[in-house]
Formats: sequence, structure tokens, C-alpha cells
Amino acid sequence: MSRIDVRKTYKLYINGQFPRSESGRSYVVNDAKGRLMANAAQASRKDARDAVVAARAAFGGWSGRTAYNRAQVVYRIAEVLEGRREQFEAELRASEGVSAAKARTYVDAAVDRLVWYAGWADKITQVTGNANPVAGPYFNLSTPEPSGVIAVVAPRGALLGLISVVAPAIITGNTVVVIASEQNPLTAITLGEVMATSDLPGGVVNVLTGSVAEIAPWLASHMDVNGLDLTGVTDADQARELEVAAADNLKRVRRPAPDTDWLLEPALDRMTRFMETKTVWHPIGV
Amino acid sequence: MSTFDYAPAPESRAVVDIKPSYGLFINGEFVDGSGTSFKTINPATEEVLAEVAEASDADVDEAVKAARRAYTRVWSKMSGAERAKYLYRIARIIQERGRELAVLESIDNGKPIKESRDVDIPVVAAHFFYYAGWADKLEHSGYGSTPLGVAGQIIPWNFPLLMLAWKIAPALACGNTVVLKPAETTPLTALLFAEICQQADLPPGVVNIVTGAGETGRAIVSHPDVDKVAFTGSTEVGKAIARSVAGTDKKVTLELGGKAANIVFDDAPLDQAIEGIVNGIFFNQGHVCCAGSRLLVQESVADEVMERLKRRMATLRVGDPLDKNTDVGAINSAEQLAKIRELSQIGEDEGAERWSAPCDLPSNGYWFAPTVFTGVTQAHRIAREEIFGPVLSVLTFRTPSEAVEKANNTPFGLSAGVWTDKGSRILSMANRLRAGVVWANTFNKFDPTSPFGGYKESGYGREGGRHGLEGYLKTNEMGADS
Repeated sequence: MSRIDVRKTYKLYINGQFPRSESGRSYVVNDAKGRLMANAAQASRKDARDAVVAARAAFGGWSGRTAYNRAQVVYRIAEVLEGRREQFEAELRASEGVSAAKARTYVDAAVDRLVWYAGWADKITQVTGNANPVAGPYFNLSTPEPSGVIAVVAPRGALLGLISVVAPAIITGNTVVVIASEQNPLTAITLGEVMATSDLPGGVVNVLTGSVAEIAPWLASHMDVNGLDLTGVTDADQARELEVAAADNLKRVRRPAPDTDWLLEPALDRMTRFMETKTVWHPIGV
Repeated sequence: MSTFDYAPAPESRAVVDIKPSYGLFINGEFVDGSGTSFKTINPATEEVLAEVAEASDADVDEAVKAARRAYTRVWSKMSGAERAKYLYRIARIIQERGRELAVLESIDNGKPIKESRDVDIPVVAAHFFYYAGWADKLEHSGYGSTPLGVAGQIIPWNFPLLMLAWKIAPALACGNTVVLKPAETTPLTALLFAEICQQADLPPGVVNIVTGAGETGRAIVSHPDVDKVAFTGSTEVGKAIARSVAGTDKKVTLELGGKAANIVFDDAPLDQAIEGIVNGIFFNQGHVCCAGSRLLVQESVADEVMERLKRRMATLRVGDPLDKNTDVGAINSAEQLAKIRELSQIGEDEGAERWSAPCDLPSNGYWFAPTVFTGVTQAHRIAREEIFGPVLSVLTFRTPSEAVEKANNTPFGLSAGVWTDKGSRILSMANRLRAGVVWANTFNKFDPTSPFGGYKESGYGREGGRHGLEGYLKTNEMGADS
């Protein structure tokens, strides 16, 4: 007789912990063939707010770390992901119905993307900042800083898509609340397990699973969120409504890009969209 | 104490020639437009200066069409080096006609001639000169060299021609064409700029100036053939613009309100700090989005700073903007004066202590004496809301962390000031202040090479410097992302 396997309970990932939704709700997630994979937690408005509180609390510490240190932490996520690659390949094959080769390609690319972004941590300032030769006796320097707490609607690509929107936001010092792909949410929670064991401080990345239509408006209108990434939004009306809500406190908004080919090398504006430029002046004199 | 009496030293108005009425500048020509008209007045005297056309939706549409034609047929095809030469020409003509522009600016806006003559207009010319040089070097900017198309630009009344330069110079350098709306209370220098475009033989339609108020602005923002919206003004209108462009492909930069903290530590060079505080809040009558309107002074020197500050404020000369001795000119409009009075009254009603510099204000025109409030708490509206006038709110702090916390306790994040003799403290404060511009041991400095813009509800995007190019170029063409 074959052994009865121990199945995993998929919960949310908030503040470094894995709580169930405070609402007590869950929803059925099927695999690509329509068979039950698991019940995912269905996050509520209050879960979203808790996630924002966690992200805000983590922002000062994370943005205050040296760029070198953030690079090492994100590189560490890549290391741990590489070590668990078989689990991710299996999940991608089951949930997205892709071939073994395709699943391997996505996991390879996800690991490589983390390594790519890790390397940016201590270079983006040099590439996007500069000294300004003002017409007067002043030292004048412009440097980029993270915008703050970023809410992200992740695209469908359960692993590579998610990493491609989360890594650029956090590498520069932002903290993130991400709504995982509604159709393929489980891999995002498994990825949360990787992040939780990679020295990433609790609250830097918070993962919600559930209905984008239900949760996203609360994040879009939340006055303690500084940026909104709508990459994964597929409905144009929904995207417009979320962008309108985001105007209440002038969030930096990234408009939808659901058809992005995540295997291509990304543009820098995934990082720069959620960065601010600070310019400091000081007189030169004796 | 004996006082000096100043003889009046008025700058001559003879250098400007204000027409009785102005049309719209569309496709290289002044046209009547199909809308109504409004009057622009001298806020120092309430004298009507001219009748100005109010652009209707149809007029805005004509302007956008002219800009699109000029973009498609001329400007986007011209090499950067040739575009540069037009911008250099404009910079030179602004220098040549600098006195005329300065006097006209002071008459229409109410700002002291010494500011329009020594700050506004020279920086305008410098801005065009700076961005002219970028036009054929965009490939080196880090943002590519692909223009967006037609830019709709809406500017405020506090630095009329300077804000025009901040908008038009980078737009044109990057290969865009523009439709610009000056503020309804200060249209005259923008209309003189239109003449300068004619003198420079700028191709018709590259720059279009449409005058009007909020409705005209809305028509520009919502026009479907506008690719880029650039706005400087209130946070309230900025939010309305952000809502209006939601779901479109329009690129937007917003430079909005502020409530900057100007932080004075006990080891600060106090003589310079007092000058910096005065410059921070009374420059341009406090009509400055980055004004240092919240003074945070360390408790141990608060009494001394206040005593010196009041002594200095009492020497400020308030009056005729065209007098070369004037430090503080006229409030720009009756509406703005009412707002300043209302918030100042609220400051008193909420329990803060009000002190105004003793000065004789002219009987005609709009005036407000330089004013400081002490005993202000973070809950007071005068510590939270932008007054946009010569009114300073003073709060105290004990530790650097308390100063940072109070400074950042605002939805705005445009600018901040730090005064201390300790270098490491300057850098630490500069790191922790959530603001787009930090002036350390100085304040209210501007330069074409230096990016300007805010965090949080002070808007997004930068104007000035290399960073200022980003808002006028398609920056997302590399890699996988759109």
C-alpha cells in the first residue's frame, strides 16, 4: 500500500508569518487539468491592511540597510530557490500545465532574475544619480531613494512573473504587498517560504492570495501606500478604476502589462518607477 | 535706534509695451480664439493691464492640431543639433530682452523687481541655454532619444516665465511640441515669450500658448491627442489630473504643493540661518511651493532665533514691486490674499501666537505683512496646510530624531532645509528627510542643472537637470517591459 502523503496548507505570507485569512475564507485552486490542488486563503480588506502595516513597519529598516546587504539577501533568495527548484518545477507543471522543459526554463529564469536584480542594488544609484554642476559655489548631488510601500498586482506567471515584479521593487529598498495571480496563487506562497528562510526581514514582502477585484481597490486607495504596480491587471476598466483610486494620495502608478514576455531582460524602469530623486545642496566655502 | 529712510527707486515701466488686448498664440500666429476673454490686473495697484482671450475647447483643439502637425512634419524630423540652435536663439533673445521681461513679470505678478531681474529672468535664459545643449546629446542621457509627441503644459502664477521655461525648454529639446497654458492671473510674459518665438523664427506650431483658467486647462489635459501632461500647481488639481489621465497612455509629471520644514540646530551659524529663514518664507511673498513654511528650531536656541528673526523681519521693505529697494511685493490676487487671511485667522483661533512685521501697506492692491506664528503644534492647520503666502509657522524640537519625525509628518515632500555646523549631521538629516530637495545651510536655490520635484503628495517626476529629460522621452523601450 502506498504511503498517504502530507499535504500543505497554503496560507498568506504577512510580516514574515504565515497566517490564515482573518476572514476565515478560502477558495478552491485547481490544477491545469481541473483537479483540486489545494484551498488557498482568500484574503480580505483587513488582511490587506495588516500587510500594509507590516510593509510600512519594515520600510525604515530595509531601506536603511546598505545596498550591499540588500544585494546579499536577494542573492540568498536565489540560492534557496535554486535548492528547491524541483518543488517549483513540479508546482509549475501542475498548476500551469507546462512541460517539464518549460518549467525548468521558468525556474532557471527566476533564479537568474533574482541574481540580476541582486547585482543592481549597489549600482542603480550610480546609474541613475549624478552630481549637478550648478552655476554657483554649491555642492549639489542627486541620488535615488525608494518610494516606500508598493502594492503590486502580480501577473499570471506564478513564479517568474511574480519575481519579475517583486524583485525590482525591493532591491532598491521599497517594501511590497503583492496580490498573487488569482488563478495560480499557490506558487507565490511556496515562494514566501523561500523568502522567509533567506534572511529577508519580515514585512519586506507580503503575499496575499484571493480576489484581485476584492483586494486591489483597498490597496489602491490606501493612504499609506506610495506606489501601485498594475502589471497583472487584465481588465482595462478595473485598471482605470484602480489608477483613479491611487490618485487620492498620488501614488506612483505602473500601468498594466499583462502580456509581457518575462523571459526577456527587463528595462530599468521596473526599478526607477518606484524610486524618488533626492537632490541635496550645500554651500562651498571656508 | 536710528533708521534709514529709503528714497523711492522705481524701475522704469517705459521698457514694456502692454497691448490693450491679446489673442491666443496658435501655429505661430496670434489669433482671436472663439471663447470669451478675461482681464489681467496689476496686483500692486489693481489697475487693469490687458484683456486676454480665454481659450475654448475648440481653440485648445486647434492648438493641439497645430502642435501635432508641427511635431509630425517638422520638429520630430529635425536633427537635435538644429533644434538646439533654435533653443539657443531663444535663450539669447531672453537675455537681450531681459529687462523688459523682468519689468513685465513684476507688473503682472507683483513680485519685487530685484527678484524678477536677478532670479526669475536670468534663470529662464539659463534654462533654455542648458536644455538647448541636450537636444543633440540625448543618446547619452540614459533615457534614449525618442520624443513623446505633443505635450500639454499648465503652469502656475508664482514664477510665470520661469515655470514656462521649466516646461518648454526640456520638451522642445527632446523633440516634442507643446501647448502651454499660463495662469489666468499672469499671462503676459508667456504672451511676450510667444513674440520671442516669432523673433527666433521657431517653426509654427512648435510652441502654442493658450490663455485661460481651469476649463482651458481641463481641455488640454483631457485632449485625446495630447501624449504628455506636465502640471505645476496645487495638490488638489494635481490629483484631479491624475484621475483624469487614468487608463490612458499619457505620461504625466506633477509638481505640486509643499509644507517644507526648515530645521535649525543649536550649533547653526545663526546669522546665515536667519537670512535663510527669511529667504525661505518671504522670497516671492511666500508664493513658493518649496517655501520653508515650517520653521523647526531647536529648543535651546528658540528664543534667540525668534528675537533675531523678528528684528530682521522688521527691516523687510514691503511695497511697490517695481521699486528696486523692495523685498516683499504684492500678493498675486484678491483670491490668494483671502486664502492667506483665512488661514492666518485660523492660526490665531487655534491658539498660535501671531506677530507681523510693522510696516505700512499701500492702500490699493493686495498686501500681507510678513507674519510669523509661534506656539504652533503639529495639529494646527497652519502647520499642515500650504498657506502660499508670507506666513511662517514655528515649532520646536529637542533631538535630531524628533526634528526628522516632525519634518516628515506631512503628506507633502517637496523640500526641506537643515542648518547646522556639523557635517555628519547634515548628511544624516539629508538621508532621513523625505523630500525631493534638501537645502543644507542654504535655501531656495534653483539651477537648470539641478533636478526639482517632490515625494509623496508633492507630485512625481523631476524638472531640471538630466533627470528633467525623463518626463519628455519614451523611456521604456528597452527590454521586455512596456
